Amino acid sequence: MIYITLFLEFFKTGLFAIGGGMATLPFLYDLVKYGWYTMPELMDMIAIAESTPGPIGVNMATYAGFNAGAIPGGIIATLGLVTPSIIVIIVVYKILEKFKNAPVVQSAFYGLRPAVAGLIIVATSDLFKLTILKQNLTWAWNGIFELKALLLFLVMTVLVFLFKKVHPIVFILGGAVVGILFGM
Amino acid sequence: MRELLFLFWTFFKIGACTFGGGYAMLPIIQRELVDKRGWLTNDEVVDYYAIGQLTPGVIAVNVSTFVGVKRKGVIGAVFSTLGMVTPPIIIILLIAALLTNFAHLEVVKHAFAGIRVAVLAMMTKTIVSMFKNGVKDWFTLVLFILTVATIFIDVSPVVVVLIAAAAGIFYKRWAVTKK
Repeated sequence: MIYITLFLEFFKTGLFAIGGGMATLPFLYDLVKYGWYTMPELMDMIAIAESTPGPIGVNMATYAGFNAGAIPGGIIATLGLVTPSIIVIIVVYKILEKFKNAPVVQSAFYGLRPAVAGLIIVATSDLFKLTILKQNLTWAWNGIFELKALLLFLVMTVLVFLFKKVHPIVFILGGAVVGILFGM
Repeated sequence: MRELLFLFWTFFKIGACTFGGGYAMLPIIQRELVDKRGWLTNDEVVDYYAIGQLTPGVIAVNVSTFVGVKRKGVIGAVFSTLGMVTPPIIIILLIAALLTNFAHLEVVKHAFAGIRVAVLAMMTKTIVSMFKNGVKDWFTLVLFILTVATIFIDVSPVVVVLIAAAAGIFYKRWAVTKK
């Protein structure tokens, strides 16, 4: 039964891929052996997953599942992917609730919080390189930044800080419109 | 039941607005869960995110499970997670069935170049609030700087998170014994 195999394979991916979205990639490479998709299709899938809303891991599971077993396949693969998370996080939450006031847990979080802020900068720096910096850097005045993207970034950042009440989706749609109008 | 549907709907919106996965969901999470609903504090968002790095699975799903179980127990976790994954499932199924060349369309490429910049701009605000939240003294400032420095070396976030937690524990213990 293909649905059982799909569920189990994505359950495994969800269970062992630690560190989010891109950590699922090695597992997806491995699944090529089932013939649900080919390597070039996987590359397309990554491009699609990156350009649609939703967690990349979920997008990948849905797309692979659809290729393997149409609509039910897409749904079952995704459920397989998220089931381990749900189980593990519920257990972690119960443990955390019990010990969250213990000094050792408090001091662990004291160290974690600045590190998470730093990690988010590290993750964002990849996006920054991809969107704002030229792909082949040169040291000419116009060789470093994608000027349209840099300008939009500066304007948007000011707007984000000025209009705190505006919903993020407004900025996302605004970005899409500007991207299309100015051919970014 | 009302509250469960509300959980589903809140995470449905978050799932529909998250472009780029993982950390890109943070501005939306802060907006919907911290500012608007008051279901979480900024500290909790950071804590869940850190735990999400260490535990298996997609980080966005881990965070939605956390909030769901906190609000309404196990069934709440299921509803919030299903809410989170429903928009991507629908969108990907539509694209897979109808628009196989979706990612190669010129208009899509331009739109997403713009969206990436918008996400980047929103991230600056999230980073400022995370910095204010985590950096309280010289020790946390050093940890923050060291973590940012990992831009230049290839190290897994899992390792960074483990070292930072251990550093926090040892520093606090040392600070206590010194007194």
